[in-house]
Amino acid sequence: MHGLCGGDLRCLLSLWETPLKNKTILLEHGSGGLASQELISRLFLTHLGNPVLSSLEDSAIIETSIGRLAFSTDSYTVDPIFFPGGDIGLLAVHGTINDIAMRGARPLCLSLGVILEEGLLISDLENVVLSIKEASEKAGVPVVTGDTKVVPKGKGDKVFINTSGIGIVPDGINISVKEARPGDIIMLSGTIADHGVAILTRRAGISIQGDLKSDTMALHRLVQLLVETLPEAVHTLRDPTRGGIATAFNEIAKTAGVGMDIEESKIPIRPEVEAACELLGLDPLYLASEGKFLALIAPEYAAQALDMIRLQPEGRDAAIIGKVTKDPSGRVVLKTAVGGARLVESLSGEPLPRIC
Amino acid sequence: MRHLCEFRDRGLTISLATELDRIVDRPIRFMEVCGTHTMAIFRHGLRSLLPEDLHLISGPGCPVCVTPTGHIDAFIRIACMPGVTVATFGDLVRVPGTNGSLARARSQGARIEVVYSPIDALNLAEQRPKDLVVFPAIGFEATIPGVAATILEARRRKIQNFAVFPAHKLMPPALEALMSQSCFEIQGLLCPGHVSTIIGANAYRFLSMRYYLPCVIAGFEPADIIQALILLTRQVRYGRAEVENAYPRAVRWEGNARAQGLMQEVFEPVDSEWRGMGIIPRSGLAIQPGFSEFDITKRLDIEIPQVQGPKGCRCGEILIGQCMPSDCPLFATVCTPLDPVGPCMVSAEGTCAAYYRYGRHH
Repeated sequence: MHGLCGGDLRCLLSLWETPLKNKTILLEHGSGGLASQELISRLFLTHLGNPVLSSLEDSAIIETSIGRLAFSTDSYTVDPIFFPGGDIGLLAVHGTINDIAMRGARPLCLSLGVILEEGLLISDLENVVLSIKEASEKAGVPVVTGDTKVVPKGKGDKVFINTSGIGIVPDGINISVKEARPGDIIMLSGTIADHGVAILTRRAGISIQGDLKSDTMALHRLVQLLVETLPEAVHTLRDPTRGGIATAFNEIAKTAGVGMDIEESKIPIRPEVEAACELLGLDPLYLASEGKFLALIAPEYAAQALDMIRLQPEGRDAAIIGKVTKDPSGRVVLKTAVGGARLVESLSGEPLPRIC
Repeated sequence: MRHLCEFRDRGLTISLATELDRIVDRPIRFMEVCGTHTMAIFRHGLRSLLPEDLHLISGPGCPVCVTPTGHIDAFIRIACMPGVTVATFGDLVRVPGTNGSLARARSQGARIEVVYSPIDALNLAEQRPKDLVVFPAIGFEATIPGVAATILEARRRKIQNFAVFPAHKLMPPALEALMSQSCFEIQGLLCPGHVSTIIGANAYRFLSMRYYLPCVIAGFEPADIIQALILLTRQVRYGRAEVENAYPRAVRWEGNARAQGLMQEVFEPVDSEWRGMGIIPRSGLAIQPGFSEFDITKRLDIEIPQVQGPKGCRCGEILIGQCMPSDCPLFATVCTPLDPVGPCMVSAEGTCAAYYRYGRHH
């Protein structure tokens, strides 16, 4: 196991060099892990790449004569559409708002596109729309344009939603994955894996004692407070959705060419989520959150930022979980709770339970 | 988590590791048989805590990995038949057969559902009376009683559109086959915890008596594993060869009689092919003739093709500890979790996947 790959660079190069063998789209292409990254790099960026798109940030920053705009889009296909702690409507509003907030931008408005499957109960759709209303009103980000399409039964799955959003980046704020630098403190705004576990246990029909529910939540107010009070503190923000914090760490480390040291024992996780992961054989580092961010903070501001985040309801479980290092570049090292050390890689395949 | 956190205590783990370091005074090779042990060792970063002279090699204890390519091909062929739904554990979905995987077949229209237990597959059959739901039954003794109970339940509920592809493996015959190879040199066996809850600690006595091999049954938490390694090392140092049960909170000497009874009621031992080890006498299970209506190989007259594994792939040798993942030219170059060539790179419990995901920190 010594220097097997000659560093991740060679692995990445081999990824680029081998022809796209998969002739059909597989489910894992939507996992948010390595297969998704490969599809995006090899297909979309090859044909559509430009400096803004190819930066692969949570939202794009567009320079205009009136200032910088953040622009983002996301589609939602979650099954089941109603789940403990939320539904597809809440997720669609929060997800796009959060993607905009991850550049430090203040979200202005959303678009809403829905693709409905013939046979969907209109009352179910109404409940989804009511959730969208509730979420957008609470966030202060209205839906200003929309579109509806219906596909024959069996050609979709109840309802798919796309939302796009626009936000304004305050002057002087430059939050980007590329801004990560050695010495930065890695902060997590709360517990991990809540959303992933809520969905997987519901899908598996497993009921576990305790309150397993999605953490779907808008984070723009927390981010706004942070960047207004400590404008120079935040270098990078990322919301660890599909692929979990493990994949988010790796994306940052590889893009910024830095290393990361993470303390497993500092990562906040709810006991019932940990128990469910043990039972299903899942690694919570790879499961989605929908209401948390990872923040890379300049060390001199870390204590102040943590205190501030913890005072807000969205961030009361926030914790410092590690730091950015110079070496090993592009690698994420986890100091395990029992005192060992290991590498953390991006998600590959779908997160699936073990069989014995 | 109560009942787990005490076995994940940092102070306890470090002091056990210090003791292990103190008593390992010569190069020692142990085999951890079980894929879940392999995973746990990597996941908790235990290798970084072990003495340099202690070499752990992984054994044939990953169910997906020991299932030969011919079986994978047969599962895919069945999944592509009209009117059939294959309900499978998730680990199998991405395992490459000769041409593609179940995942690929699913993308081309085959009906494949991931289930978390065999009873979920039976329930699926009840919900879809027009489909024939087939459950590929892979795994060791830990999973077999559940499948046996499901077949009995299918009969009780009179569900006729449910069948099982019997591909189970039995651990003791495989260990015997390993030990009888002259080139196989290990000094102790970290015995699987889950399997042992069913078969009991007594099942390993033949190894200590016939092959003079120290055997210690271990749980899956960091302190469990290091404690078991200490017990194994002590046996080596003092020239003993015994079976010790370091997982008494779950494993009894005689095992679980009820589970054993279920296995015997529904299944019978047969010779079985293992990837990397060939055919091992009485190491697999067939469904008893009295339950043949639940046996998909009888029901559809399925023949399991004899095929070679992927070219260049050394999963077979890795499975029996004859080489390390790093010895395989495909490892981490052509064969990655994203694009796996062999099963050891697919399953979460596969040795190559564990080494790739967690082990490349040097």
